[in-house]
Amino acid sequence: MPGKLKAKIVAGRHLPVMDRASDLTDAFVEVKFGNTTFKTDVCPKSLNPQWNSEWFKFEVDDEDLQDEPLQITVLDHDTYSANDAIGKVYIDIDPLLCSEAATVISGWFPIYDTIHGIRGEINVLVKVDLFNDLNRFRQSSCGVKFFCTMSIPRCFRAMVIHGFVEELVVNEDPEYQWIDRIRTPRASNEARQRLISLMSGELQRKIGLKVLEMGGNAVVGYLQCFDLEGESGLVVRAIGTACTLDKISSTCPAAVVPNLSNSSPSKDMKDSLQAVPSTLGCRSTHSSPVHSASSRLSQGFSVSVPTLLFAGMGSGGSAGKEAGPLKALLRQQTQSALEQREFPFFTLTGFPVGFLLHVGGVVSARSVKLLDRIHNPDEPETRDAWWEEIRQEIKSHAKALGCHAVVGYSESTSICEEVCILSASGTAAILSSRFMQDGALDTEHRFEDTAPPACGFCHIPYDELNMPFPAQLTYCHCCRRHKVPDVLFTTIDVPTEASITGKGCLIQARLCRTKKKAQGEGNATAISNLLPFLEYELHTQLLNKLKLRGMNALFGLRVQISVGDTMLLGLASATGVYLTALPSPGGIQIAGKTPSDLTYEQHVSNMQKKINDTIAKNKELYEISPPKLFTLDPDAFVNINTEWVEEVIGSPIPESRQRSRIFRSHSESSDEVLELDLSHGKKDAFVLEIDDTDAIEDIHSLLTDAPTPPGFYSCNTEIMPGIYNWTSSLQMFTSVRVFRLSNANLTNQGLNKIFNDLCENLLKSLYFKLRSMVPCCLCHVNFIVAVPEDELIQVAVTAVAMSLDKDQTQENGRQSGDKTLMKAITENEEQLQFPLELSAECPSNPLSSAKGLSEVSGPLPSARAPSVDHSSFTDRCSSWIEQIRLKAHTIRRGSIKTTSSLEKSSPLPDSRSRSLRSNRSCPSSSVAVVKMTPLSFLPGTKIIKYLGIINMFFIRETTSLREEGGVSGFLHSFIAEVFAMVRAHVAALGGNAVVSYSMKECVFMENPNKNQAQCLINVSGDAVIFIRESELEATPSQTQSGNVQTSSNGEGT
Amino acid sequence: MLLVVNTAAVVKMSVELDVFVGNTTIMDKEVYQLWLNGYTVSDAVKVRMEGGVMEECEASADVLLSDTMDQFRTFQMCERLLQNPAKLANQLLFQIPPDRQAMLIERYYAFDDAFVREVLGKKLSKGTKKDLDDVSAKTGITLKSCRRQFDNFKRVFKVVEELKGPLVENIKQHFLLPDPLARDYAAIVFFANNRFETGKKKLQYLTFHDFAFCAGQLINNWTVGAVDNMVEDMDVDLDKEFLQDLKDLKILIADKDLLDQHKSLVCVALRGKTKVFNEMEANFKNLSRGLVNIAAKLTNPKDVRDFFIDLIEKFIEPCRSDRWTATDVNLYLTHYTNSAHILDSFKHQTVWTRYMGVIKSCILRMYHE
Repeated sequence: MPGKLKAKIVAGRHLPVMDRASDLTDAFVEVKFGNTTFKTDVCPKSLNPQWNSEWFKFEVDDEDLQDEPLQITVLDHDTYSANDAIGKVYIDIDPLLCSEAATVISGWFPIYDTIHGIRGEINVLVKVDLFNDLNRFRQSSCGVKFFCTMSIPRCFRAMVIHGFVEELVVNEDPEYQWIDRIRTPRASNEARQRLISLMSGELQRKIGLKVLEMGGNAVVGYLQCFDLEGESGLVVRAIGTACTLDKISSTCPAAVVPNLSNSSPSKDMKDSLQAVPSTLGCRSTHSSPVHSASSRLSQGFSVSVPTLLFAGMGSGGSAGKEAGPLKALLRQQTQSALEQREFPFFTLTGFPVGFLLHVGGVVSARSVKLLDRIHNPDEPETRDAWWEEIRQEIKSHAKALGCHAVVGYSESTSICEEVCILSASGTAAILSSRFMQDGALDTEHRFEDTAPPACGFCHIPYDELNMPFPAQLTYCHCCRRHKVPDVLFTTIDVPTEASITGKGCLIQARLCRTKKKAQGEGNATAISNLLPFLEYELHTQLLNKLKLRGMNALFGLRVQISVGDTMLLGLASATGVYLTALPSPGGIQIAGKTPSDLTYEQHVSNMQKKINDTIAKNKELYEISPPKLFTLDPDAFVNINTEWVEEVIGSPIPESRQRSRIFRSHSESSDEVLELDLSHGKKDAFVLEIDDTDAIEDIHSLLTDAPTPPGFYSCNTEIMPGIYNWTSSLQMFTSVRVFRLSNANLTNQGLNKIFNDLCENLLKSLYFKLRSMVPCCLCHVNFIVAVPEDELIQVAVTAVAMSLDKDQTQENGRQSGDKTLMKAITENEEQLQFPLELSAECPSNPLSSAKGLSEVSGPLPSARAPSVDHSSFTDRCSSWIEQIRLKAHTIRRGSIKTTSSLEKSSPLPDSRSRSLRSNRSCPSSSVAVVKMTPLSFLPGTKIIKYLGIINMFFIRETTSLREEGGVSGFLHSFIAEVFAMVRAHVAALGGNAVVSYSMKECVFMENPNKNQAQCLINVSGDAVIFIRESELEATPSQTQSGNVQTSSNGEGT
Repeated sequence: MLLVVNTAAVVKMSVELDVFVGNTTIMDKEVYQLWLNGYTVSDAVKVRMEGGVMEECEASADVLLSDTMDQFRTFQMCERLLQNPAKLANQLLFQIPPDRQAMLIERYYAFDDAFVREVLGKKLSKGTKKDLDDVSAKTGITLKSCRRQFDNFKRVFKVVEELKGPLVENIKQHFLLPDPLARDYAAIVFFANNRFETGKKKLQYLTFHDFAFCAGQLINNWTVGAVDNMVEDMDVDLDKEFLQDLKDLKILIADKDLLDQHKSLVCVALRGKTKVFNEMEANFKNLSRGLVNIAAKLTNPKDVRDFFIDLIEKFIEPCRSDRWTATDVNLYLTHYTNSAHILDSFKHQTVWTRYMGVIKSCILRMYHE
């Protein structure tokens, strides 16, 4: 008996009237864990009963503790007939099993009924006494911490990042059991809720065991999903990244550093290398997936579509030649460390500085399966094999990109009747061995370890000579030493060290394709045939939209394919940015077919003009045109220069002569800007031929995207690059829309337009709703699309709107008059005195010791064209190289870039909300404010404790849809109820916020004719305690006691 | 207008479901007001369009419609809680910052002066509720809004009716209303409980705030709670003992000597101080009889109801026809009250003060020139 669970039922309030005669309720409570049940006394005739029960004690195995939820049922006592259930509360006691998480669960929980929703609240106390028996062989994995957060949690430090863990459990879906015919919907829903809760517990326990086996103590980036397969079962699966984490003491400043990078928009070099042969169609910028779409039949039916290997066309050659032996050695180490693993995958999207060395590009794989072909549906083997196959494919894609690892990895499914599409995607990358070696290094050493240059991750990871598809490479615009691709697509967050020009924005590609109704294998084949086209077009759209915004990289790319009976939906979302290291994207040129008549010509040129205008407008909007920076005192540069030169001795390239070029280039900067602005559209990198209907569509969708209204920014990554003036005011929200297509005979174009309008209108609505928060940024905008029925399209969005400080919106952070920022500025300037890291790949470089606070990189001499063997290039490549050489002569200036890591990058400890609090605040406001955010942090605050994972699954059903306000009323209250239950659980754990919150699933089904509807929602996140940075300063010796009910002040979330 | 708005979209698709739920419940004050005013969604959209919110935010009519529907739905879901404001503070379903909660409650319980004038002093019964459509037609306030306001009155009345202790405090505590609003509700409850007549033609010129002021005076001076806060009685009823005592004042008019004495004292004090001295002198006995008779009759509930109409007929109208100014009235009542204290044979000083204090301030408030 390694554990004793104790529960006490204190009181209830706001109970519903169960006895119509007396308008009162005779309530009592059943407390159940495993097979043991206790009951409280009946509290007669009260809607606010006080039970104040004894402690109910359950003596149980810790295995059960992990799997089972504590089940609390509130009932109405009835002398003559059966007792009526009022509702239930499931409490996941997992957080109590970690010594460092919560110690007690205590608070008001909403009493939830799957038919009636929330019916009053109950006050419960839960404790666990664990007996230590750590050395025994065991099935439990108590003590392994779970985090939904996709990066190393704020108050921890990663000692070792072990890698991929996955698990999958299967069970019969209670709704498809024979007994479901005779039981009530309530019983059926509760059986389902309980089952999924149990399965989640089991899954977590099993993953925990794997983590312990690997020697880790935590799972970061834990992603759990469930698949409602229908007849064949109910699957709960999870993936995550096993780590060994070490808690940072709360006073350590490192923990305060928010995950922001204050990259100043640096003067970018005018791109002389953007020469993409104008004959190149859009298609040639990446490999067409179609040729490689292999269909394999295994386990019924499977077609997998390999990824579009975007961007990252490699010249690992550079690494081979220029890097010192040490570097090669390190790389080998990493390689071997990773190769030992079956799947070198990481679900993380944010990494400790120095972990991510190079990024190759997005890799993805999909496979269509038939669920009715599973031989043994109750066992997980078949599904395991499916996923295994997909992961293998991802791995091989990554290899093809010269990468040994996949980061930002995620998996998803879309099910329509018996057809199931399995998808996996991630970003191929090369990682540093730093966090992979067991036997952790001394941390000091680690920090001294050479940080790679800020532009390092952009450098192509693999051999330039073995590019699997044609691509354009240029020298990195930051370091001028390594090759970078012209565009970079990734599924990860913008690395903290990345240097970004201007601001980013949300970019979406939307696509809808009709499909004939079919059954079984025919259906699967039809879907498999459509998939590559869908994926290809999504990527084309993304690329076009990216160029239209004058940007060159996508982060957080998430491609969702949803399958319905008569259509396939594709939605790709990502955050576009201009990576300073990458070349400026060329414009988009439209080419008509053979010039036939004048009006047509006119039409083409009109469109061209529109596009050019849009690009120009966008560049202004996102502040992409390299601004006239460096109005700083030139003396400062002299300083930098001289010091640099002094320290640079021994470094292979730079010489002081070259340095002096920097200065000249500044004086020339103004005409450069002019040139740059004129360049797009004329020097045309990118050609759309509009004789092809797809292209017309593309152009249409390009131009129909409305820009975000003034004062708004949006992104689907954690934060928006280029914004630093966050306030602590935030609003997390979920919005769901379902559209009915009333015309069944829609063309692809028609469907596309509808789907596109739908998403655009939804975004517009969000902007309107949140207009009072302006200036603000919608962060982590997460769209989930589904085809719940024929002719229905469902879009659900979860995001957080974060207000920016009004006084500084137009400022660039460093120009602000704000005191904190002034401080930052002076420090930045000081930091400029310490030039850093010239060379990325030289770990031994003595200059980078100050860990990337600021960086000055100079141009390479123009003569230093690629010293590679041209002969092995393809024709195109060599001609392209020629162009580089030609253009290289035009390089006249270098770029200076200062990046400062921001100890104070969320400079605004919230001070305004407090003063706004009305004097006459409501008395007895006993409900503590719980903030929720899909991000891993809350601006202006410090997370001092992680209390455990929140992973909740709810079903709500109604048989009186009209009475509950129709489908909208029904879903509105359900989502509000889900939020309420999440907040209540967090508050009961002693927390005041949920970070990394996400709604994994929202399955909505309706039958208006029968006046019925049902909805399933799965949410997850990390419960935390945060304190405001301002308070932290006030009480530096803040103890970490569990009850920091700090900010229940007026402004809430 | 909405038809026009939607035709474009309706052709090929329709929004089946559209919800937005924030962790902090988003509520637009303007939309809330439209909802409180009982507008339909489409009327509210119209009003908002005319208000120019679209131009401000580059929104389309669809967006506005969606937002309005969503918020109206939210308000409907909140209404149950607003009817029991104490619940709003400790419910878990909606996370609403305290200052927002206060705003929601305050506005929910706010009422239109035009409406309250119609039902003030009426029994808050089902019968009255049935007549609300007439009230709605007369005042131009939507029936929905009338019902809300009526139900608010009734709800507050029901809760406070049985409670002990000071009325205003009880209302503040149970409905979390700000002080001025709580006082208004106290007046409404007080009027409804005592069924004061406020609807007669002669009373039409009085505003709700005139009545509310008078109610405040009565509550503060003529109820049991007014004398002794510790008394465990209700604030909504007049002090029966006091009403009984008022009968004793009759001596002021019944005793001829006393009446003359009183008159001469007042005349001496007022001579040369007012332009309407002659009229005052001529009318003194009538006016005094009027006021004292009102006092003497207050034991009868029927006469309590007519309290205000009596004040007008017996005092305000005669003065007005003689063109007294408010200053004249003030002067007269001051000396009328004080002179009685000098009368040797008049023993009911306390009752007199308690009575005349209220009468004086009520008359002054009701005396519109």
